[in-house]
Amino acid sequence: MLQIEKVNTHYGPIQALHDVTVEVKKGEIVTLIGANGAGKTTLMMTICGDPKASSGRIVFDGEDITGLPTSQIMRKGLAIVPEGRRVFARLTVQENLHMGAYFRTKAEYEESLSHVLELFPRLRERFSQRAGTMSGGEQQMLAIGRAMMSKPRMILLDEPSLGLAPIIIQQIFEIIEQLRSEGVTIFLVEQNANQALKIADRGYVLENGRVVMTGSGESLLTDENVRKAYLGG
Amino acid sequence: MRQNLYAAVFAAGITFVLTCLMIGVKLTSEGTQLQVVGASEAQWAWIFAGIALVFFSQLFRDQISTATAGIPRPNLGALMPDREKAARLKPWLIAAVVVGLFIWPFMASRGAVDLATLTLIYVMLGLGLNIVVGLAGLLDLGYVAFYAVGAYTYALLSAYFGLSFWVCLPIAALLAATFGFLLGFPVLRLRGDYLAIVTLGFGEIIRILLNNMTGLTGGPNGISGIDKPTLFGLEFNRRASEGYVPFHEFMGIDYNSGHKVIFLYLIAVVLVLAVLYVINRLMRMPVGRAWEALREDEIACRSLGLNRTVIKLSAFTLGASTAGFAGCFFAARQGFISPESFIFIESAIILAIVVLGGMGSQFGVILAAIVMTILPEFAREFQEYRMLLFGLLMVLMMRWRPQGLLPAKRPHMELKR
Repeated sequence: MLQIEKVNTHYGPIQALHDVTVEVKKGEIVTLIGANGAGKTTLMMTICGDPKASSGRIVFDGEDITGLPTSQIMRKGLAIVPEGRRVFARLTVQENLHMGAYFRTKAEYEESLSHVLELFPRLRERFSQRAGTMSGGEQQMLAIGRAMMSKPRMILLDEPSLGLAPIIIQQIFEIIEQLRSEGVTIFLVEQNANQALKIADRGYVLENGRVVMTGSGESLLTDENVRKAYLGG
Repeated sequence: MRQNLYAAVFAAGITFVLTCLMIGVKLTSEGTQLQVVGASEAQWAWIFAGIALVFFSQLFRDQISTATAGIPRPNLGALMPDREKAARLKPWLIAAVVVGLFIWPFMASRGAVDLATLTLIYVMLGLGLNIVVGLAGLLDLGYVAFYAVGAYTYALLSAYFGLSFWVCLPIAALLAATFGFLLGFPVLRLRGDYLAIVTLGFGEIIRILLNNMTGLTGGPNGISGIDKPTLFGLEFNRRASEGYVPFHEFMGIDYNSGHKVIFLYLIAVVLVLAVLYVINRLMRMPVGRAWEALREDEIACRSLGLNRTVIKLSAFTLGASTAGFAGCFFAARQGFISPESFIFIESAIILAIVVLGGMGSQFGVILAAIVMTILPEFAREFQEYRMLLFGLLMVLMMRWRPQGLLPAKRPHMELKR
């Protein structure tokens, strides 16, 4: 579904990613773990085309998207839930969701809307409320719902558990698994390595802009080095 | 108490410095010399009374706020009919207002109609800038440049090619839109303060250009004798120019210079209604929501596949074209324009209208435009203190109603306290 081949990314003179190679197969949940500043978010953003990769190739669904502008990449069936939720605070929940289906017909919008409201019954309750007045967990649900409105085949999640209560995190992870069962491929960036590796089919460990380890979720979960570095011993 | 004393001394000090500079001393020219003249004794008494008032109101502010807490505030929300009823009443209300707008000039005085026309120009400008600042969240301090482009388009085309107002109206809007597009490109990546500075510069560039291209625009002398609009070829002068028929002869009524004023007013009403209609439609269309989304979060917008270039440029272009309309009409109404009409303070006033009205709210903008043009007329008797009053009004607004007169409403729940 998504192949990232030997990608290097620079911010000006500073190199943030070094020959990163990651593959996500159709229907998988793949997680990327790493410490602060390891380059996780940079990798996400490079996939979306901002900043652009200085070398290497990114292929989505058989199509090379490396050099495309962000607005085009995001219309190809790929959606991202950006770090920190980034809902449109002063727009209502409905308007937020509508923005997610900006390039789709009214019928498609209605269809996706009923699907998303089924996934997140809470959003139905808050339908005409301003997004900024909701709790963090609800906003995260809205951010995921908004991304789902474009009916993506693959979804990138950047730290969906950031700043949420444990019980809400549990819910978010359940939803991620449910999305997978509906056939959406998922690429998940997480600091919460323990939870992420539990639901992931495979995982990558990023350190200082390099992939240092890869394996199935289970094997990484039990790996001595990973346990020490990311799971607290 | 001690803190209050400090605050009181501080506030009184500031009041003293400000009033001394603004009211206490005055520069007057005596022949070729400038002389500093002190205020009269009565004025000094007022100044010190004011300072004392500031001092004591700060000193006893705790007591004052507890004393006034008991006074119930008017509940404006209760005056509004409930939502369902409001939705039913709305079309009737709008129809009544529109009919009223068309009828009242025939009963009002000439001066009032003229002032209303000026107000309508500011309504148009406010609505246009509201797209850029209120909806798209792009702080534009040089909006008056597009107004100038519209005005000069008509003035020049009329002076050099003899084109009529009605032909120039779309051309002016189009040209202003082009300028908006041109400005939009270099500022695409800028936001907030940086954008404000660039747009401010752009406004000044246009004004200085108009001032210096003496051969074309007449420079600081401006362009005079701009033709007034005609009604299907009928002119509103006592004697029509060659090939034209004056309105009063055609209708078989006596000449009345008031007809022209009313006619101009009616054009302004039609233009404002047209602008309102178009912007209202746009706001309901996806692009309107995209403007608001861009204001809220640019990164999220891009993550949804929206092209920020297109959204920003469309906001700039549409806002500019509205100013072009207003400018074209302004030139036709005044009959004379010069770069003096398009100085920075105009941009500031239009921006103040948008902020005062409540960012993004069309109704608020209209209300604010009315307040901002009519209030200075009432305040005329205060003469040089007009701007002082104006400033005071702004400060009070920011203190008690920072969201604007009528902020854009969205259905939302409010927690009862």
